[in-house]
Amino acid sequence: MLDSADIQLDDREAIKRGAKLFVDYCLNCHSASLMRYSRIAQDLDMSSDEVRNQFITTGAKVGESMKVAIDEEDAKRWFGTAVPDLSVIARARGVDWLYTYLRSFYRDESRPWGVNNSVFKDVGMPHVLWELQGLQVPIMESHTDEQGNTSERIRGFKLIEKGTLSASEYDTTMRDLVTFIAYLGEPSKLQRLALGKWVLLFLAGFLVLVILLKKEYWRDIH
Amino acid sequence: MFDKISRSLGDLREWADERFPVTAFWQDHLVKYYAPKNLNFWYFFGSLAFLVLVIQLLTGIFLTMNYKPTADTAFASVEYIMRDVNWGWLIRYMHSTGASFFFIVIYLHMFRALLYGSYRKPRELLWVFGMLIFVVLMAEAFMGYLLPWGQMSFWGAQVIISLFGAIPYIGDELALWIRGDFVVADATLNRFFAFHVIAFPLLLIGLVLFHMIALHSVGSNNPDGIEIKKQKDENGVPLDGIPFHPYYTVKDMIGVVVFLIIFSAVIFYAPEMGGWFLERDNFVPADPLKTPEHIAPLWYFTPFYAILRAVPDKFLGVVAMGASMVVLFLLPWLDRSPVRSIRYRGTWFKLALSVFVVSFVGLAYLGTVAATPLATLFSRIFSVLYFAFFLLMPIYSKWDKTKPLPERVTGK
Amino acid sequence: MDEIDHGRRRMLLAATAAMGGVGAVYVATPFVLSMDPSEKAKAAGAPIDVDISKLEPGQVMTVEWRGKPVWVLRRNEQMLKTLPELDKFLRDPNSDELTQQPVYTKNPQRSINPEYMVMIGICTHLGCSPTYRPEFAPPDLGPEWKGGFFCPCHGSTYDLAGRVYAGMPAPSNLVIPPHHYVSATRLLVGVDSEVI
Repeated sequence: MLDSADIQLDDREAIKRGAKLFVDYCLNCHSASLMRYSRIAQDLDMSSDEVRNQFITTGAKVGESMKVAIDEEDAKRWFGTAVPDLSVIARARGVDWLYTYLRSFYRDESRPWGVNNSVFKDVGMPHVLWELQGLQVPIMESHTDEQGNTSERIRGFKLIEKGTLSASEYDTTMRDLVTFIAYLGEPSKLQRLALGKWVLLFLAGFLVLVILLKKEYWRDIH
Repeated sequence: MFDKISRSLGDLREWADERFPVTAFWQDHLVKYYAPKNLNFWYFFGSLAFLVLVIQLLTGIFLTMNYKPTADTAFASVEYIMRDVNWGWLIRYMHSTGASFFFIVIYLHMFRALLYGSYRKPRELLWVFGMLIFVVLMAEAFMGYLLPWGQMSFWGAQVIISLFGAIPYIGDELALWIRGDFVVADATLNRFFAFHVIAFPLLLIGLVLFHMIALHSVGSNNPDGIEIKKQKDENGVPLDGIPFHPYYTVKDMIGVVVFLIIFSAVIFYAPEMGGWFLERDNFVPADPLKTPEHIAPLWYFTPFYAILRAVPDKFLGVVAMGASMVVLFLLPWLDRSPVRSIRYRGTWFKLALSVFVVSFVGLAYLGTVAATPLATLFSRIFSVLYFAFFLLMPIYSKWDKTKPLPERVTGK
Repeated sequence: MDEIDHGRRRMLLAATAAMGGVGAVYVATPFVLSMDPSEKAKAAGAPIDVDISKLEPGQVMTVEWRGKPVWVLRRNEQMLKTLPELDKFLRDPNSDELTQQPVYTKNPQRSINPEYMVMIGICTHLGCSPTYRPEFAPPDLGPEWKGGFFCPCHGSTYDLAGRVYAGMPAPSNLVIPPHHYVSATRLLVGVDSEVI
């Protein structure tokens, strides 16, 4: 039961906004070590200086990849698990999952960071975006499955502490972030889709030609 | 000008022919190789399989230039190809999509043989070489799938290699020997790379050559399943035969272009094919400590995997899976029908073939889903039907009421 | 049997062959281009910053740029004085071969700042790296030797501006990479001026 992220991968402005959110909120702990900053410059028609000023906070060079400053061992100690690299996370999890996940943190005092997540049970990650979203608690409902067992499950959330963004603004912001993460997963996708129609057009033309050629030769056969 | 060029080309050919049989080869295998004139679209898949082989070899060579076969670097090097290498993404998608298309084409090619009895005497060896190609291709695909070193690569290999552990007495030692370590590890990856890029491709090319030699020696079967060599004109040319070149070269080109359209559509618009060609979990680097929730082999292995799972005993499951492939080899000797083609067979064979297709597709589907009790029940039913198709064939193919064969091929 | 229309056949055949040829070139392109330097190689080949503040007169330092050795030689007064005297022994004393250096180093000293000589330490013959031989008239290089570079592979010799001696296997002067001074003691190798 995931919410549809409904992203537009060709919306470069959304990718830029998402990239900014990514470096501000995610890149502190999560690397995207398979992605170069220069690739972002290339794909989004930005100059090296623009990318350096807007996205590079670690002192990396534009040609370098999006690594993090924190130590892997430290991270393991703090979060109880290795922090995953996000380079291809969109291809592993899917955009809908990411969009839902980022909006489904809720208060849970039993967890080390005081939050849990409805699509990632006992998640090790703190809710780094809580200032934007605010804090929410789950609304529970009872559910009876096919075998007749009744259990409690989360139906929705209720905001108990307001964030700096309204609920719909937060959704839009998360959509931007997911758009960037989707782009990050396969930066060549834009080129791929753009090239595809020309290849198919060429082959369609070629098909007409080879059909005519075959018909011409096969007039010999009776 | 043009005359001059064509004259000197003619001289060059003469010079070469005295030293190497260029023209003779061209004549024997294309211009004077007579194929039945009634071959239909089912006969595209042979040349298409060859095309996919070429695509795989070519893209494979270029992938090898940038891929790094160690546990630490394999995953990142695939993404390096996808991002940093110029056009690397296209070459990689051609290869990953090509793998699945190889099996689509080969399965259709094999089905064609079933429809028209192309494995029947004197084409038994042609069929056996083809089956060997199929088996080697499965090994090739399996080893190739380990190379991206994602979660599915790792756990798929772990499970399949463990199958060898089911062999009594030597099993565990054998599995250990194949892996070169206690689990699938760097050593396994490295040796699978060697097999995938050198050993098995060489084997495949050799077998394809044998397959072609056998084909050109016995000639193509046709949808009527009758021998065109029985009716020859005064020059010894089969009356229903036409030169492969130019007639089938131009016809096969249509098949090639249609294939390329479908192939390109997948590469450019759906290279993951909704998780069937590239699985989601394979975008997570291999982690020997954490198994993904649901592991299934890639779709082209699932019919055989479902047979394996249908048997409630580890060793017998492996035996059943092996047997499911062995019976395919025996097909030429199981079929006792007086006719080859489905066009002249009776109801029994048509019914049996339909049941077989349903079981095969059913098993393919069941191999992809979790083993619930219902799924297991159906797997067992389909497995029994799968084997029944082969093992009962000597009986029903003989008893079947067949239609009389025509003297000459029908249709063009 | 109908008459075979040979003209139409030839026309269709030519059109198919032409279109197939174009298609083959299109298919070959990505494969050929995939062998060009990747983004990783290009990033590793980015300009490098060289601190020359600790370089003594007469000393040479080696830095790596695009996997090649780049020498920075700090020439003293005496070394600079020998350069014009050698012109008659050299193949291309005036650096007329324009591909061997950027325009701003086509001068008698082959440098922006005469004191510092920047060049790629790869022999223009077959790619070995020559050795620095600053001494005067050593026994193996003869009485005319006024300091320079000697390639151990095939014996090519260069003077202290990287100019090749005539009659050597090497065809041209040592290559000078694009470079410029960020400050008096900092050099950026790999780019002409401050635009990256």
